[in-house]
Amino acid sequence: MRKPVAFTLNGERVEAQVAPHETLVEVLRESFGLFGARESCGQGLCGCCTVLVNGTAVSGCLYLASLCQGAEVRTVEEGGGELDAVQQAFIERSAFQCGFCTPGFVLMTRQLLDEIADPSDDDIRHYLSGNLCRCATYPEILEAVKLAAKKRKEKGSEQFSGNK
Amino acid sequence: MKRATQATETPQVGRSVPRLESWLKVTGRAEYVHNLRLPGMLYGKIFRSSVAHGRIKSIDTSAARAVGGVHRVVTGEDVRALVPEPYYGPAFHDQPVLALDKVRYVGEPVAVVLASDPHVAEEAAALITAQYEELPAVYDEVEAVTSKAIVHDTLRPAGTFPDLKHLKGVKNTNVALDFRLRRGDAAGAMAKAHRVFEHRFRTQQVMHTPLEPLVSAAECTESSLTIHTASQSPSFVRIEIARLLGWPENRVRVRVPFLGGGFGAKLYIKLEALVSVLSLMTRRPVKISLSMEEQFFTITKHASTFRIKSGVDRDGRVVARECEVWWNGGAYADIGPRVTQKSGFTAPGPYDVQDVAIDSYALYTNLPPAGALRGFGIPQLVWAYEGHTDMVARELGIDPVEFRRRNLLREGRPQATGTVIKDAAIEKVLERTASLLDWDKPFDRGAGTIRRGRGIALGFKACIANTTSLAAVNVNADGSCTVYISTVDMGQGSDTAMAQIAAEVLQIATEQVTVVHSDTDVTPFDMATLGSRSLFHTGNAVKLAAQDALKKLNELKGELKLPADTPIPDVFRKKYGMRAGSVMGVGNFIPPYTPPDANGQTDNATPFWMVGASGVEVEVDTETGRVRVTRLVNVADVGTPVNPRIVETQLSGASIMQLGFTLFEKMLFDEQGQLRNASLAEYKIPGFLDLPGELVNEAVVSEQSTGPFGAKGVGETGTFGVSPAIANAIHDAVGVRLTELPLSAEAVFDAMQK
Repeated sequence: MRKPVAFTLNGERVEAQVAPHETLVEVLRESFGLFGARESCGQGLCGCCTVLVNGTAVSGCLYLASLCQGAEVRTVEEGGGELDAVQQAFIERSAFQCGFCTPGFVLMTRQLLDEIADPSDDDIRHYLSGNLCRCATYPEILEAVKLAAKKRKEKGSEQFSGNK
Repeated sequence: MKRATQATETPQVGRSVPRLESWLKVTGRAEYVHNLRLPGMLYGKIFRSSVAHGRIKSIDTSAARAVGGVHRVVTGEDVRALVPEPYYGPAFHDQPVLALDKVRYVGEPVAVVLASDPHVAEEAAALITAQYEELPAVYDEVEAVTSKAIVHDTLRPAGTFPDLKHLKGVKNTNVALDFRLRRGDAAGAMAKAHRVFEHRFRTQQVMHTPLEPLVSAAECTESSLTIHTASQSPSFVRIEIARLLGWPENRVRVRVPFLGGGFGAKLYIKLEALVSVLSLMTRRPVKISLSMEEQFFTITKHASTFRIKSGVDRDGRVVARECEVWWNGGAYADIGPRVTQKSGFTAPGPYDVQDVAIDSYALYTNLPPAGALRGFGIPQLVWAYEGHTDMVARELGIDPVEFRRRNLLREGRPQATGTVIKDAAIEKVLERTASLLDWDKPFDRGAGTIRRGRGIALGFKACIANTTSLAAVNVNADGSCTVYISTVDMGQGSDTAMAQIAAEVLQIATEQVTVVHSDTDVTPFDMATLGSRSLFHTGNAVKLAAQDALKKLNELKGELKLPADTPIPDVFRKKYGMRAGSVMGVGNFIPPYTPPDANGQTDNATPFWMVGASGVEVEVDTETGRVRVTRLVNVADVGTPVNPRIVETQLSGASIMQLGFTLFEKMLFDEQGQLRNASLAEYKIPGFLDLPGELVNEAVVSEQSTGPFGAKGVGETGTFGVSPAIANAIHDAVGVRLTELPLSAEAVFDAMQK
């Protein structure tokens, strides 16, 4: 039994026909062709499916899409491919290999830097401990997060706006 | 060497170019098969065996077929009706597309439900039941040699490898290869040795865990098949599917975009035969995406047992070594027999030992199949021989680094196969590791309940031979360049490195080069992306292809009477009177190789040697057994790096992955062969909080004379020394010796109580 669910997706008002069991990742994929949030472990333990709902990171493989009614949903595709400080820093510090977990790390890093503008190594390690990278680019990600913090400070906050 | 004059002022090789696909990956837009949707596609969900070994009595699919939305349910007998001999595999044709007659491990695919809605397929698959006549099972690799439980009634070698031919039709054995090497007289030398030491080591079964789980899709017409697959070996997939169907190769097309990790999991055939057959049966596109849980039942890393025995003379020189290695291959051989041989011949380690005997056995057991995992067996061997080396050194009262120095296999000396060591910076790697650890300086050994220790371990690997790579390099009329190869970029950065090699030859910027992803209709043959072979083999092929294109460009300049430094676009404009045309170069690389004789002897065992060492400092909590790696130093011979930054990240990533295999990763089986921890909740892989306190990665100055611009492979090197270095450091800290992985807190604590 599908029901319409209306929400804001990367700044755009959208509506999807959603079955009760469907997760946010499925709806992003099947209804909107967005593949940046990806299911991997299926248990909310790896962070590959990270999506921001009302500004908070959720595991999109567990989060029911029907809960998104009226919510503001943001994915890594936000910004239309223009790179923010976090993405630039990930490139400059070689902070990915296969790239499968990268969108999750990018979104978590944005949230981290929104909360702590100048995080310590320990802050970073703990904040990102729920995101897994089997290529193990953790040392490079740590460098990238610090570089992103510096870039943000230099340019002023250049977060993507949820409502363009 | 002058490297760049025209479009670039800087050399392209040796530059840390950011990965060419960077934008795609940080914006979530990289193409993976995981994302693929085809019109009219059916999703397959696999029903799996619940017993470790049994004859299939019946499979009841009626309840599944009755579920609304189920398109079809397929069993092994349905597959056999389409493909009379539906068995595949690179070394043995032993693995059925779906179980036939018998099941051989818990989790083996038995039936598939197809539906347009993956949830329907999953629900229906759960309603299938099967009856088995249970048979005795064997799980341990050493027991498998003599066990009455026989996994395969008859051995079926694929015919591709000469050293497996003698196994054809053999019955009543679980031994899928008995590799044997004899150099000199090990038994005689052992008898005369001053002291003799013998130890036994074990490694556990672990899983690759790529975060993009295995996934394949197939679509067909009446006479052709296209397979979209997360595979490291598209050329092999095409050959094997064509063989199964009895089709010509050009009717099977295999496409591979980026991989979300591979590490050896996505080699040879995994889901490709199954989706192909299902697509041919239904005449619709079929996709199967494994869940993380299902990956644990698909491919793993060999558990192993290694008995190593050394005879040492009065000067602390190892004069004889016997190695006996048992590889737990699980229920299907996959590439296990090659791991058994190709790694097996390096089992005595990077030491100069006159008299050597090696026996290396590939065993079938009733566990999920094992294949290649980042090292092709080498980490299992280094684990044993470097633990053994430390134990012998300490028994003899010789400093472990000094003992290694005394026995080191140096340039120009023959290795166990008789192949003379060349371009292998074994000594440099050892010395640099020791120096980074300040080995000769006093060391803080801790106090109270926190004890500190340090350890070192050194490993080496022969690159797999005999293998081929082809490449084509197309120079477009505007001077940009397209490289066609079947190497798969699974995160190791091959696209970027290959572009750098082509750019270096053509003297253009790397950013002007694009690399076409594997598509067997378009890109030429490549053996596979495995065993750190691609940079060397495909890299050499790309270099040859680019040189061929350059030669043709220069001929064109001559024909047009243009000066040598004419920019490429001007050459084409002069030739065609407008921007048109292109020049294509081709390269075919196959390094020389001599197959081993009956005693494993050959004058050319490998195209190149890889050398890697790790040094660690640990803290051991004597109250809990918990081990904290405070410092990890990885040193490698990578030849001359094409992209120094990518090389560094490969060493780093490999060592952290190996840290997981060392400290906590383990597949836990119960006495019925049931896996108890098939999820990331119970099978933990390294995360941010598991990193060593300090991590240093270094490549020594070195050159692989036969490599492209002096380079060689690096993807696996960082794994070699990590496990034994940590065990050696634990021994140094608290005096207990662990000979079985993982080195969990429980294992350390238990050992300390003895």
